[in-house]
Amino acid sequence: MSIRIADHVRDIPRSGIRDFFEIVQTMDDVISLGIGEPDFATPWHIREAAIYALEKGRTGYTSNLGLPRLRRSISDYVRKKFGLRYDPLAEILVSVGVSEAIDLALRALLNPGDEVLYHEPCYVSYAPSITLARGVPRAIETKAEDGFSLRADALEKAITPRTKVLMLNFPTNPTGATMTAAQWEEIAAICVRHDVVVLTDEIYSELTFEGGTHSTIATCPGMQERTVFLHGLSKAFAMTGWRIGYACAPAPLIEAMMKIHQYAILCAPIMGQDAAIEALERGDESVASMRREYERRRNFITRALNDMGLECLKPKGSFYVFPKITSTGLTSREFSMQLLQEHKVAVVPGTAFGPSGEGHVRCSFATGLDQIKVAMERMAVFVGGLR
Amino acid sequence: MESTYSDFLRLPSGDWVFMMAGHMDAIIDLLQQNALMPRADMARLLDMELEEVESAIAKLEAEGIVLGYQAIINREKWDTEKVTAIIEVKITPERDGGFDRIAARIAKFEEVQSCYLVSGGYDLLIIVEAANLRNAAAFVAQKLSTIDAVQATATHFRLKTYKENGAFHQFDSAPERLSVSP
Repeated sequence: MSIRIADHVRDIPRSGIRDFFEIVQTMDDVISLGIGEPDFATPWHIREAAIYALEKGRTGYTSNLGLPRLRRSISDYVRKKFGLRYDPLAEILVSVGVSEAIDLALRALLNPGDEVLYHEPCYVSYAPSITLARGVPRAIETKAEDGFSLRADALEKAITPRTKVLMLNFPTNPTGATMTAAQWEEIAAICVRHDVVVLTDEIYSELTFEGGTHSTIATCPGMQERTVFLHGLSKAFAMTGWRIGYACAPAPLIEAMMKIHQYAILCAPIMGQDAAIEALERGDESVASMRREYERRRNFITRALNDMGLECLKPKGSFYVFPKITSTGLTSREFSMQLLQEHKVAVVPGTAFGPSGEGHVRCSFATGLDQIKVAMERMAVFVGGLR
Repeated sequence: MESTYSDFLRLPSGDWVFMMAGHMDAIIDLLQQNALMPRADMARLLDMELEEVESAIAKLEAEGIVLGYQAIINREKWDTEKVTAIIEVKITPERDGGFDRIAARIAKFEEVQSCYLVSGGYDLLIIVEAANLRNAAAFVAQKLSTIDAVQATATHFRLKTYKENGAFHQFDSAPERLSVSP
């Protein structure tokens, strides 16, 4: 018998990153700037707190919504850092990474055929997550000349009577784009006018550079009641493998998300939750020191790329740069493939983040400076040889 | 915490540039991480010009803020006979000089690598390096204990070093990472 896969799953293309990953796997001595996670191990005080909790035998299930103490920590953290108030008893859900929270929110909100807007280039999971929740993904292209920020007129134009949700991610993976409070005001006004629910993935918010303060759309007038504020520990606290994210939203929506979460997942792992409490309550200094390091590497890599003739904006957030490679005459994929095969440096073709990523590649600076230096030298030789 | 140290710097060209407080902190931070880091790399990391970094370091040295640069040696691998003693010293402070004059007298011995005035059950904590155990013992018995103001000493010999000046002497293997991830 041949097993028939459901149509809407079968039709989802494989991730462009996955293809690339498989080629890199077969090669030796590759320097990878293709990694979307911190190169730091989780700060020791956080690991140590988790070890302590394990020693105490804290190994069971937790409440579906997550440990009450963790939800209180999240509530305090979000209030202190973002100026948002959420009730830890009813408005916060601890998820298995932000990815799960996105899935929960979309499944809780969408009826088949509802349209979801998202800005592109963007994180690889957004469009597939929408499709899997039976929604219709609609990309809004962001452009290098706007610093890849979301323009209000582009949003306005994309809205239809079927638009239910807008997904946001600033600072953005892969472009490093950020938005100002004034830009959010405009976007927020449109969302209120058209009664659009906003899912904002704030995973890179702590990694905002030049002493800049991160601003979120959730604090704009009329927004908190229509926003799902999504955040997690992975990037800022270097905790990708712990799989802890959270969603903050109005109670009825959290209740709906919890229904899906309790039947599908039950709860996020308690080890990660215990570690997250330590991170949120006492991790500020660790985050600051990693941010300093990223900011220095950002300065280094941006200058190196521009010096070799690849136009590159200096990102205000995230740990990615997204240089333009069109001057080489190659497509994103050709550029990445040749750079990998001839000079053993892995970068991710911009098209992995949607068709509007063509003409760019993503370089992560979540890699040690020694590696970045060698990668930039090799890349300069490669780019020089193309001219 | 960033300090408020900010100043004008004179470049080799004769031009004066203003040095932001954060930049001096960042340079000191990089020097402490790796004093040998090429100055051109420092300039790129901090988004400064090479001349600015060089002038800033020269100024830090000239003002005695940076006192020197040293290598961290793994004693398991080099000069393994050498001993390190950590010595607690209880002293009688003098009416005029307090602890300073007596501390300076002890610190001047070349065996003494570090000398701190500390709070607690004793007064000075000194770290002594000697070519071998006999020399270390001789230093304590003949030099240190014989000083009038020294009431008592307690000597601890180093058996193994795990971490020194922020550097680990045994390293964990690097954790495995995926080579490309979203």
